[in-house]
Amino acid sequence: MADDVRSIAVEGMARVEGEGSLHVSVRDGAVADVSLDIFEPPRFFEALLRGRHFTEAPDITARICGICPVAYQTSACTALEAACGVTVDSRIQALRRLLYCGEWIQSHALHIYLLHAPDFLGCADAVELAERDRAGVARGLAIKRTGNELMTVVGGRSIHPVNVRVGGFWQAPTREAVAALAGPLDQARQDALATVAWVAGFDFPDVESDYRFVALHTGDCYPVESGRVVSRGLLDATAEEFSYRVVEEHVARSTALHARIDGELTYLTGPLARYALNSRLLPEVARRAAAEAGLEEVCRNPFRSIVVRAVELVFACDEALRLVEGYEPPDPPAAACSAPDTGSVGAGASEAPRGLLLHRYELDGRGMITTARIVPPTSQNQRAIEEDLRRVVTSSLSLDDPELTLRCEQAVRNHDPCISCAAHFLDLTVEER
Amino acid sequence: MTTTATSRPEPGRPSVAVWKFASCDGCQLSLLDCEDELLALAGRVRFAHFPEMSRTSTGGPYDLSLVEGSVTTPADAARILEIRRLSRRVVTIGACATAGGIQGLRNFAAAGEYAAAVYARPEYLSTLDTSTPISDHIEVDGELHGCPVDRGQLLEVITAHLAGRRPVLSGSSVCQECKARGTVCLLVARGTACLGPVTRAGCGALCPSLDRACFGCFGPSDAPNVAALADRLVGDGHGRGELGRLLRTFNAGAGPFAAGSTALLGPDPEMGSPDHG
Repeated sequence: MADDVRSIAVEGMARVEGEGSLHVSVRDGAVADVSLDIFEPPRFFEALLRGRHFTEAPDITARICGICPVAYQTSACTALEAACGVTVDSRIQALRRLLYCGEWIQSHALHIYLLHAPDFLGCADAVELAERDRAGVARGLAIKRTGNELMTVVGGRSIHPVNVRVGGFWQAPTREAVAALAGPLDQARQDALATVAWVAGFDFPDVESDYRFVALHTGDCYPVESGRVVSRGLLDATAEEFSYRVVEEHVARSTALHARIDGELTYLTGPLARYALNSRLLPEVARRAAAEAGLEEVCRNPFRSIVVRAVELVFACDEALRLVEGYEPPDPPAAACSAPDTGSVGAGASEAPRGLLLHRYELDGRGMITTARIVPPTSQNQRAIEEDLRRVVTSSLSLDDPELTLRCEQAVRNHDPCISCAAHFLDLTVEER
Repeated sequence: MTTTATSRPEPGRPSVAVWKFASCDGCQLSLLDCEDELLALAGRVRFAHFPEMSRTSTGGPYDLSLVEGSVTTPADAARILEIRRLSRRVVTIGACATAGGIQGLRNFAAAGEYAAAVYARPEYLSTLDTSTPISDHIEVDGELHGCPVDRGQLLEVITAHLAGRRPVLSGSSVCQECKARGTVCLLVARGTACLGPVTRAGCGALCPSLDRACFGCFGPSDAPNVAALADRLVGDGHGRGELGRLLRTFNAGAGPFAAGSTALLGPDPEMGSPDHG
């Protein structure tokens, strides 16, 4: 009964970072199969890190992803500082958080304006959107530029910053250079508030999911560069403890190592998870924006993740501004780090714009990496994304094929998947077409 | 990949395609990072295929194809031939496309070793034992180096190729840029292992200005003398392992860096002794 079989396939998904495809099949009115396949070639980072000195890991792992290099550098640094038994001082920590805010600002602005919003407004891309609303797109690009400027001042450049090292930074930026960011950041915060109001007016499909949220949590501020790994009723762990709980499985068809807690529980990281577990810790300006946008303390509609991302954009601009105003150059700019000659182990986790990023390293007594493990957000979220797809298709069967295809793509883009990140340990199943 | 030639470039509005091979996405992100120029650029050219930016994709031929990433799978080795066939000009961007990238380190390892180290089931993989630059597979009309490429240089390359002129890019070394900006030489003043003397200019000598030695992310300059630099640094007390690893990063596969690192490390896949600076 061929008439009863309907399939949706998107080969080469657009407006995601990296190369992936999407397959859905519907049989007799029910979803039979969904898969988000990733055909990005594997790059074997865990293998090529072995035999490198621990000080090299931040620059090497940054190359996993050009969109969130600071996340890789930060998780690597915190993991390796743990291996060296070093805790950086509060000034270095604040500068690291400031740099990371820059990455959140540029990445969230990129995703909201260039990758995600066109879906809600029926445009193929931001260029088409700009034909209708040039001022709107220009606002997004201006926010993004400010994030990149911040990364350039603190990190030296915005893609693969060069100023980060294990222990801190090569050189502390001058007070003058940091102070000059205040004006653009203040404007970016206003633009971010306008962004929240803009995206809150989009039409959202009425879909909710019972996610198991996992995010960092610090107890006194919204999590960015550090914290314990938390999931309500399930998990409150250090990065090292979490590394034992998260189990990855290499499966043939699904193309990625699927991460699950204790080997069985699907979970979600990223803006929805961070917000659900930390919304009370947002600064007043972001909480007010969230309330005006109609968000409650937890948001379970994946399509509204664009609103949560916009609220986080307000937070990141506000937090960066706070850190700029309180900036004291760390002196020295980095803590001295040396690996114990007995060998050592260290894990670190931080919140990449698209979700939790875990690194764990084992070092020998000479400081050389013997084992590296990297668990990026997209491999953790892949199962949850597939479950979303199943739910979305089930509730959208009345749509015609082009509309259903777009809805499915949108359901994937809701989670801002970074396929380049995930691909470093992906199973490759190229479909010959 | 669907590659049916269905449309012709519009007169006066050249078509540009952006292609991704094994890479981190950072070099094509450089294009989206041209916040001040992006909308103007989109008015001057037609992005006929740029999946990171748009759902719309039209078939070739293309006036200019920008290629990011290296060739690491049999399917990609075939895909690049098709892209060449469909493109009037092909310009490769970034260390992966021009030198094989950090994933090119597998070229120095035993065949199959990397896949077995990372994957529980390496037999699922369909991947080559090498990561090679695009120019190993097709003739290219231009190369832009850097990990990542410089945004200003990327715009220069696009405008130059569309105007049919040579892009203005320096083949000199980072050393020249340090001198131009008046940065104290880290190698001479402190004996730091700096790759500035053999690394292509283009970043503006960014790292030395931050008190950090150049680590070669723009790859080798024109006619670099890697052996002389290595001798000098070994004489200054740097270990051969440290120096070999310094040359074996994002541009490990570039000829002068590959030869230099092999001379320092020998055939030892363990990446030399653990010494570091």
